[in-house]
Amino acid sequence: MNSMTDTFDKGNAAFIARRYASERRFKAYGAVALAVSVLFLVYLVVDIGIKAWPSFFEHRVVLEVNLDASEIPANEVLRGDFEGLVRGSLRRLFPGVTTRGDVRSLTSLLSAGAADDLRYETAANPALIGTTVRAGALLGDDADLYLKGMLTTLLRTPGSTNLQLAQSGEEFILTGDLSQLAVGQIVRANGGALRITGVEAGLARADAILAPATLNTLTPGAWDMLTFSHAEADRRINDRQVVLLEALRDKGVIEKHFAWRFFTSGDSREPELAGLRGAIAGSLLTLIMTLSLSVPFGIAAAVYLEEFAAKNKWTEIIEVNINNLAAVPSIIFGLLGLAVFINFFGLPRSAPLVGGLVLALLVLPTIIIASRAALKAVPPSIKEAALGVGASHQQAVFHHVLPLAVPGILTGTILGVARALGETAPLLMIGMVAFIVDVPKGFTEAATVLPVQIFLWSDLPEIAFQSRTAAAIIVLLVILFGLNAAAIYMRKRFERRW
Amino acid sequence: MTAWTLLIIAALTAIGFFVGQARAQGLRNAGTASLHSLPAYHGLLMASLALAAAGVTTLAVAFVAGSNSLIMPAAAAVLGTAAIAASHRLITRDFRARNRFEFIVMLVLIACSAVAVLTTVGIVFSVVFETLAFFREVSPIEFLFGTHWAPTSTPPSFGLIPLLVGTLLITFIAIVVAGPLGLLSAIYMAEYSSRKMRGVLKPMLEILAGVPTVVLGFFAALTVAPLVRNSGESLGLSVASESALAAGLVMGMMIVPLISSLSDDIINAVPQALRDGSYAMGATKSETIKRVVLPAALPGIVSAFMLAISRAIGETMIVVMAAGLAANLSFNPLAAVTTITVQIATLLVGDQEFDSAKTLSAFALGFVLFCFTLVLNYIALRIVQRYREQYD
Amino acid sequence: MDASPQKPLANATPRILAERETKIVAHDVNVYYGDKQAIKHLSIDIPDRAVSAFIGPSGCGKSTFLRTINRMNDTIDGCRVTGEILVDGKNIYDRDLDVVQLRARVGMVFQKPNPFPKSIFENVAYGPRIHGIAKSKTDLEEIVVNSLKKASLFEEVKDRLDHSGTSLSGGQQQRLCIARAIAVNPEIILMDEPCSALDPIASARIEELIDEIRQNYCIIIVTHSMQQAARVSQLTAFFHLGDLVEFGDTDEMFTTPKDKRTQDYITGRFG
Repeated sequence: MNSMTDTFDKGNAAFIARRYASERRFKAYGAVALAVSVLFLVYLVVDIGIKAWPSFFEHRVVLEVNLDASEIPANEVLRGDFEGLVRGSLRRLFPGVTTRGDVRSLTSLLSAGAADDLRYETAANPALIGTTVRAGALLGDDADLYLKGMLTTLLRTPGSTNLQLAQSGEEFILTGDLSQLAVGQIVRANGGALRITGVEAGLARADAILAPATLNTLTPGAWDMLTFSHAEADRRINDRQVVLLEALRDKGVIEKHFAWRFFTSGDSREPELAGLRGAIAGSLLTLIMTLSLSVPFGIAAAVYLEEFAAKNKWTEIIEVNINNLAAVPSIIFGLLGLAVFINFFGLPRSAPLVGGLVLALLVLPTIIIASRAALKAVPPSIKEAALGVGASHQQAVFHHVLPLAVPGILTGTILGVARALGETAPLLMIGMVAFIVDVPKGFTEAATVLPVQIFLWSDLPEIAFQSRTAAAIIVLLVILFGLNAAAIYMRKRFERRW
Repeated sequence: MTAWTLLIIAALTAIGFFVGQARAQGLRNAGTASLHSLPAYHGLLMASLALAAAGVTTLAVAFVAGSNSLIMPAAAAVLGTAAIAASHRLITRDFRARNRFEFIVMLVLIACSAVAVLTTVGIVFSVVFETLAFFREVSPIEFLFGTHWAPTSTPPSFGLIPLLVGTLLITFIAIVVAGPLGLLSAIYMAEYSSRKMRGVLKPMLEILAGVPTVVLGFFAALTVAPLVRNSGESLGLSVASESALAAGLVMGMMIVPLISSLSDDIINAVPQALRDGSYAMGATKSETIKRVVLPAALPGIVSAFMLAISRAIGETMIVVMAAGLAANLSFNPLAAVTTITVQIATLLVGDQEFDSAKTLSAFALGFVLFCFTLVLNYIALRIVQRYREQYD
Repeated sequence: MDASPQKPLANATPRILAERETKIVAHDVNVYYGDKQAIKHLSIDIPDRAVSAFIGPSGCGKSTFLRTINRMNDTIDGCRVTGEILVDGKNIYDRDLDVVQLRARVGMVFQKPNPFPKSIFENVAYGPRIHGIAKSKTDLEEIVVNSLKKASLFEEVKDRLDHSGTSLSGGQQQRLCIARAIAVNPEIILMDEPCSALDPIASARIEELIDEIRQNYCIIIVTHSMQQAARVSQLTAFFHLGDLVEFGDTDEMFTTPKDKRTQDYITGRFG
């Protein structure tokens, strides 16, 4: 009976087809699930990366500053009125700007710390006093955001008609071919800008945003119209400031630089001046504290538990205890730190000492578990061989087993460090929420760490801080990525297949 | 003074080592019979005795007289030197220096292991202590069963229920997201993917696992929450700007790698013989997985889910940044709710007076959290242990 | 590793092949694990409704060849099969052959009993369920009971069909696996050293069982026990280092082997 061939050729084909379809679907579900996770990760990094990108660059206005000796005391150069000198140089670029409100619009474009670069440069080189130097003055966060296109976009349309300009009192009158003009529009001409307030037959009335230098006839191409994507009321920078910035840009004095100060300055209330130096120093100090406590204690505990401790009820309890500790929420360690280290022992709040202690306890179980696994992986035959030539148990462990377990221990340590670097909650509990400007130099000075800095910045209202938070995140991710890559490299390079 | 003291202690330790080693070496060179222990061990023993003497003295003095007095380094120097002098006589040919030294090493190792135990003791002790202080001011019944949480208003109310509901709501959303994604990913990686694919996919999930929660919180607050809000509103629903859904979604993605890697281990532990038995009967791969492998792996997978739930309950930063602060008793995923961890964080950040009910309530919350996660973790780990025994 | 096909064997056509239909024909089969060749130019005919035994020392390829017949080697990475294996005249290594259906027609019992961690009933019901063989619940129950009876296990477990399959003794577990294989009504049953993990009494019961059911199936049994092969089979094939050295009627093979290697193995000089 050829039942075999029957089956192969026909047998219940529809049912089989359903089963295979189910197989394909199931496999697809798995692939889709993985794709979702990967896509989430990619989306996360790209989204934050895009937000972060602008923070790595800053805009400066290049000004000719006359370092007037009368403003700069010779014995205390740092106290000189550099702000006044810089502001004066900026005002000189716009002789037409005279009213109080206009001047304020102009000088508020600068950062509060715009003159600091010049101050430190002059203090380092006092011979410059009395000379005229070219200095880059940092722009404030609003101006900076505008120049990066993040507050509004601007459309410049060159005018293609002839217009005549006249002034009557505070108002300006435009006559000629008014076909391109409309109410509310802004016309830039003759070094100034006008907002059209009314268009009647034959003439248009306009208010001056920035008074034009002359009343020359406007030929096609000599004037343009500005349209904004966001209305003035919806943004942080007003039309006058936009016009001034565009004028500066046209003069060619605006420079874009890589924002090194993001890494070299400490925290600040002004977004354009805020940097990560304090946070990175704090993280480093805290990490040193964490490592110097958790690694020796962790490895010692692992060696004892794995190699020397008798396998009885007590060691089992300890093992259960360590496994549980590894899964305790990190905020609980913060509570421990608060109640015991700060409240009971009176250690200084927000110091790397306490932060390091808390994180050391947090990371300790992980290091113990990883070290035990590494020790367990060393074949017992090596220890037996050492004992066979007369080594003591301790000698066999310390001279033979432990060195072979080092790669695994190292990998576990690096992963523990990576975890400690990214922890935020427990450090908030021990007080690392203050606004710290100075870079910490010791273990007992108040400090902050990178993830906490990210958390603090994310709460601030200025849009520019949002971008800075994202940039700090990118820095943190890069460091963590480097650590993980080091761990993987270490694992690949030194791991032995027994 | 502390720096000087440490310097003196270090110097004495080093001196102890060299003196001891030199003396033992001298004995060895002089006589014809050999020493029991290598000179190095004699040196190490003397060094540890010096260190112990000086160290203990320093701590005692610091405790009594404060760390700024001159007594501290002086005492350390005196007693350390005394220790060296006293132990000088011990160095003889038959003296079992190595054994003594190894005994000291063992003590040190045991002490280090004790730290891990002490940590748990410390956690329990400190949290329980403050919780008891809290219960002296607020009744446990009101705390555990109250439905109104407003610790900063006058009069304050400390009802846990809204926080519990909020925590469980967000955790539930997280598990609904992470469970299927994590499990299916694990199945695909364990059963379907090639070694090369696995080599690419597993690291990617490990990278996702390594993203700090503050970063995820930022992403949740600035990108996901507005996205959820806008989609909800375009569908005509009213969505809070700090919805539980947004926080839950991101938290879910955070625990996907946890479920995936644990399930991966569990699935790989199922013996190949069971799969062979199923294939030999003419089952397709998905049938084998659904009907043989997964049922066999079920205890381990349940345990993985429990660990994931425990992790989600204890998570702080994502919810602090993306979930609400108002204790809103609601089961609606589109509303803003708050969780236990958010309240702990907000109550303790800033000035704390350790005798106010407000501050103490945070410890009581911490105690609840600790108990919850402890029970979940313990059960989960026991299940995995029993499961491993079954197949080894 | 010579490239020419197998030398014709001394026993030209075993008597058993004349009495029964040929169920399986292997033609110049080679099996490679990566670069290592495990089976070399194998050609053999296997009769229906009889027990054929594969014997030989460890690592000689007998299990490997067994697994080519139900294409279980497909589940192993890097395993490559060339040549033809015809079952009822159809090449099972054809590209359009449905492996799932093949395995429904070729059952397998493994060396170490591997019941699923399910109830006894569910173990046996598994095959019929996935292949949609049972039309109703009563149908399924009937199939399970019949299979357990055929595997001579029913009397021992009829009161505890809902107990776990892993709670049975080793011998019972193996009979459960046989029942499981029988439940899908295969035509060929492959047994890979089915008794090697069992005690002598349990082994004897399995051998009895094989004897009872051989009228209805083509059974191939791999065994390292020559006594078992002599007791249980009608045709024996001797493998050595990937070659099929000799095959023929069992009684002739064991009394008057034609090849010296066969004689050496049977008399215990090696293996």
